[in-house]
Amino acid sequence: MAGLFGYTLALADDALISAQRMSWWISRAPQLEEDVALANIGLDQLGQARLLLAYAGEVEAAGRGEDDLAYLRDEREFRNVCLVEREQTDFGVTMARLLIFSAWQCELYAALSRSADATLAGVAGKAVKEVAYHLDHASRWVVRLGDGTDVSHQRMQAGLDAEWPWAAELFDDAFLDTGLVDSGVAALPSSLRDAVDAGVSAVIDEATLTRPDVATHYSAGRDGRHTEQLGFLLAEMQHLARSHPGATW
Amino acid sequence: MMQCSVTDSVTVEDVYGNDFTAPDQPAQPTRPAASDEPASFRDVLAADGRIEPRDEMPEGYRRTLIRQIAQHAHSEIIGMQPEGNWISRAPSLRRKAILMAKVQDEAGHGLYLYAAAETLGVDRADLLDQLHSGRQKYSSIFNYPTLTWADVGAIGWLVDGAAIVNQVPLCRCSYGPYGRAMVRVCKEESFHQRQGFEILHTLAKGTDAQRAMAQDAVDRYWWPSLMMFGPPDDDSPNSAQSMAWGIKRHSNDDLRQRFVDMTVPQSEALGLSLPDPEIAWNSDRGHYDFGEVDFTELFEVIRGNGPCNAERMAHRVRAHEDGAWVREAATAYADKRSRQARPPKAEEGAA
Repeated sequence: MAGLFGYTLALADDALISAQRMSWWISRAPQLEEDVALANIGLDQLGQARLLLAYAGEVEAAGRGEDDLAYLRDEREFRNVCLVEREQTDFGVTMARLLIFSAWQCELYAALSRSADATLAGVAGKAVKEVAYHLDHASRWVVRLGDGTDVSHQRMQAGLDAEWPWAAELFDDAFLDTGLVDSGVAALPSSLRDAVDAGVSAVIDEATLTRPDVATHYSAGRDGRHTEQLGFLLAEMQHLARSHPGATW
Repeated sequence: MMQCSVTDSVTVEDVYGNDFTAPDQPAQPTRPAASDEPASFRDVLAADGRIEPRDEMPEGYRRTLIRQIAQHAHSEIIGMQPEGNWISRAPSLRRKAILMAKVQDEAGHGLYLYAAAETLGVDRADLLDQLHSGRQKYSSIFNYPTLTWADVGAIGWLVDGAAIVNQVPLCRCSYGPYGRAMVRVCKEESFHQRQGFEILHTLAKGTDAQRAMAQDAVDRYWWPSLMMFGPPDDDSPNSAQSMAWGIKRHSNDDLRQRFVDMTVPQSEALGLSLPDPEIAWNSDRGHYDFGEVDFTELFEVIRGNGPCNAERMAHRVRAHEDGAWVREAATAYADKRSRQARPPKAEEGAA
C-alpha cells in the first residue's frame, strides 16, 4: 500500500512520463503554434514532476533527490499509470490522452489543493491552473478534429477508442493506503471519476464523437507492472545519466 | 506529394541574417537601378529611418527581405531538430526543462519571423512550401549532427553566439517589422548563449569524460560556427546591395572578427581550447588573429552534401505531411462555425 512517499511518487511519475512523451512532438507538430503549445504543456508537466519528485525524496528521507528518482529507478519501481507511458506519435491519440489525463489532473489537483499536507496543497494549487489550460487545449482540438473532416472524425474516434481502455487505472483505489484519504492528505481516486467522466463526455458530445464502448485493459502501473514500452522510454531517458555515475550536469 | 530536393536547386544561404551563395551558383537578383527607388524610400534610408509595410519600396528590396526573413525563419524551425535530438536524453530534469524551453523559443522565433515576412505580402504556407521543396534554404550549421550532450552546450555557446553577432545589427534593419522582431529574438538568443556556456562550464569542471566530451564538441563546432558569417567579403555578391539598403550593417569579415574577439576569452574562461593553432592576440590590430576558414566545406554543405541535410529536410517534410489532416480539420471546423454564425442568405436579403 502506498503511503505518502508512494502516493507522491505515483503522481510525480504520471507527470514525468507524460512530459517525456509530450516532448516528442517538439519539431514534429502539425503547425508551428502547436509545437509551442505542446512544448508548453510538456514543460508544465515536467515542472509538476520535479516538485513532486523532490517532495517524495524529502518524505522518503533517504537522500534521494529528483534526479535520483527519475534516472536511477528501473521499470518495476515506476508508479505511473500505463495510460501515459505508451507511444504517442499520432495527433488524435495525443489529444484523446491529454483530454482524459488533464481532465483527471484538474479534478485531482483541485482536490489536493485542499490537502492537509501543505506541500501537496501548494504544488496542486499551482498545477491546477496549468492543467486547466491543458484541458482547454485538448478539448478544443478534440472538438475540431471530431467535427472537422470525415478523416479527422475517424482518426479522433480511433484515438479515443485507443486511450479509453487505459483510463480506468486513474480511478483505482487499490494501491492507496486509505489512511492518507482519511487524514485529508490524498484524494480518493474513485471519488474523481464522476466529475472527470462528465467533463470528458461533454467534450465527446460536442465533438460529434461516440463514447467508446470498449473493455477496460488490465493494467497495474501503480504496482509497477507496466507495458513493454516503458522500458524503452526509460532506457532512452536514463542512459546518459547512468553512463556517468556521480557526475554533475 | 511534397518533393524533398535539397541538392539541385538554387542555393542561396541565409545564415541568421546573412545572405550568400555557393560560388558556382546564381546570385540572387540584385539591385534595380537607383532610379527605380521611390524618392520617399531614399529619403527614409538617408535619414536612417524605418521602412514600414505600407511604405513604397523597390521590388528588389521587398524580394531580398522576403528571402532573408523567410530563410531566417526556416533556420529557426530546422534549428529545433539538432537540439530537440537531446530533449529525451537530457541528463538531469533541470537540463531537460531548460532545453525544452529553448527549443520552444526557436519555434516562437520562427513564428515572429514568418509574421514579419507576411507583412511583405507573402503567406507562411507558401514560404514553408518553398522550404520543403528546397527552393529556399536554412542555415547550413544545422546540417551537422549533435552527437553528444556537449553538442547542446557547443551549439548554445558557439552557434547561438555567432547568431547573436549576426543578428544584433539586424535590430537596426531598415525594415521595421524585421528589426522589431529581432529585438526580441536577440534577447532570447542571448539567454540561449549563456545556457550553452553554462553547460560547457559544468562539463569542463566535471569528470574527465565530461571534459573530453566538451572539448570534442567545441572542436567539431568551432569551424562551422566561423562559416556562419559567410564567405570573405570579396566573394559575397549580395552584401553590397544589402548594406546600401540598410538591411545589412557590417561585412561578413567584420562580424566574423567580432565573434572571434568575443569568443576567445570565453574559451579561456572555460579552460577549453579552440582547434586553431593560429589564434593569437595581435596588439597592432587590436584583434585576435585566426586561421583561414576552409569554405570548401561550407559550400559542400550548402550544396546538400552535409552530414544531415537529407535527414533534416525529411524530418521537416514528414512532420508537415503527417499534420496535414489536422490542419485540414481545423480549417473545415472553422468554416463550419463561421457558416453557422452567419445569418441565412434569405434573411440577409430581407435586411
